[in-house]
Amino acid sequence: MTIPMADLDTLPLLTNLSHTQRAAVAGVSRIESYDSGTRLFEEGGLADQCWVVLSGCVVVDTVVPSRGRVAVQSIGPGELLGWSWLVPPYRWHFGATVVSPTRAAVVDTGALRQLADEDPAFGYQLSLILIDALLNRLQATRLRLLDLYGNPA
Amino acid sequence: MTWVPTPYRVVARTVETHDSATLTLRPVAESLPGFRPGQFAMLYAHGVGEVPISISAIPGDGTLVHTIRAVGAVSRALHDAEPGTVIGARGPFGTAWQLDGVEDLLVVAGGIGLAPLRPVLGHLSKRTVLIAGARTPQDLLYKDELGQLSSVDTVLTVDHGDHDWHGRVGFVTEPLASLPFDPERTTALLCGPEPMMRFCARTLLGRGLAPDRIQVSLERNMQCGIGVCGHCQLGPLLLCRDGPVTGYPTARPLLSAKEL
Repeated sequence: MTIPMADLDTLPLLTNLSHTQRAAVAGVSRIESYDSGTRLFEEGGLADQCWVVLSGCVVVDTVVPSRGRVAVQSIGPGELLGWSWLVPPYRWHFGATVVSPTRAAVVDTGALRQLADEDPAFGYQLSLILIDALLNRLQATRLRLLDLYGNPA
Repeated sequence: MTWVPTPYRVVARTVETHDSATLTLRPVAESLPGFRPGQFAMLYAHGVGEVPISISAIPGDGTLVHTIRAVGAVSRALHDAEPGTVIGARGPFGTAWQLDGVEDLLVVAGGIGLAPLRPVLGHLSKRTVLIAGARTPQDLLYKDELGQLSSVDTVLTVDHGDHDWHGRVGFVTEPLASLPFDPERTTALLCGPEPMMRFCARTLLGRGLAPDRIQVSLERNMQCGIGVCGHCQLGPLLLCRDGPVTGYPTARPLLSAKEL
């Protein structure tokens, strides 16, 4: 299913893109709906797409011996799922599972990289968006490392 | 009389988490004046000591409701108080959440910081979004109650999930960064560890919210409750009197200071 522009126009994630640039992203994207429990990708698998969650929730996880799959991060509405397509070897470092019914824009990342290669202005804006999302994720992870909610007793 | 504790009896005790419990207190004789959301009482465990505890519900019938986390000798004694126990209470003290003229409300709480914000939830006819964070699912306060607040859009997120947890795993700044809201209509109330509030405020400013639309709750070593003893001084503020609820323009330089 092709992606309605309204879905992309309202995303804070993409506000720095022009309408034309968002239309270009839409051109390499489609809308998918997933039931709870759907496995989106596995650690080590080929990273050839990413997701912008429009509604619902996806959990990024990894396997820990004797604990099974351990959730390390949730991705909710308006957030980007998947970085490993950005740099070689284009393999997922973690796995991901849908934990509540989810609607997402699925982006063909090979086509997106090609758009960025062909239009450096677009590629630059796209890079800024990805860096901003990465920074937010990194800072939030650092704050979790501080264990701020731990009992000081 | 603000110096002399008023006797209250514990009439109900609800275990919230492994280290937190909510006490409902009924006056033995006279009751204290009414509290507003965000204010606190000095609760006195006889023979142990006195600590500041925010009001965590306002039933309006003269009872006091406080959620207490056991972190020291006094808070442990209060936390463990069973129904029938008489404790002392002074207050109300401090500033309240400023809700006059508020349109859309965005509430961000971390850990025990949800307690002072609880009286705000569900009692306003405003569009309210709550983002609440905790260490684990077992550390989340008022889980059942939050699920029943139909007027509040709730996002719960934990640092470490488990197999039974179907909410979010992550820090409160993450849903905040992508949450749709109108900066021209929204007021944000933040309560939790100071680094959490600092980062949440930065995220909100980055989303276009004006500093004077952000309120935070600051905490120090409150003792007298009336701005006399100076134990709770934070920069130019005596937080028992000038806080705990403070506008972000006032709080911003204090939140960034290494030591005050």
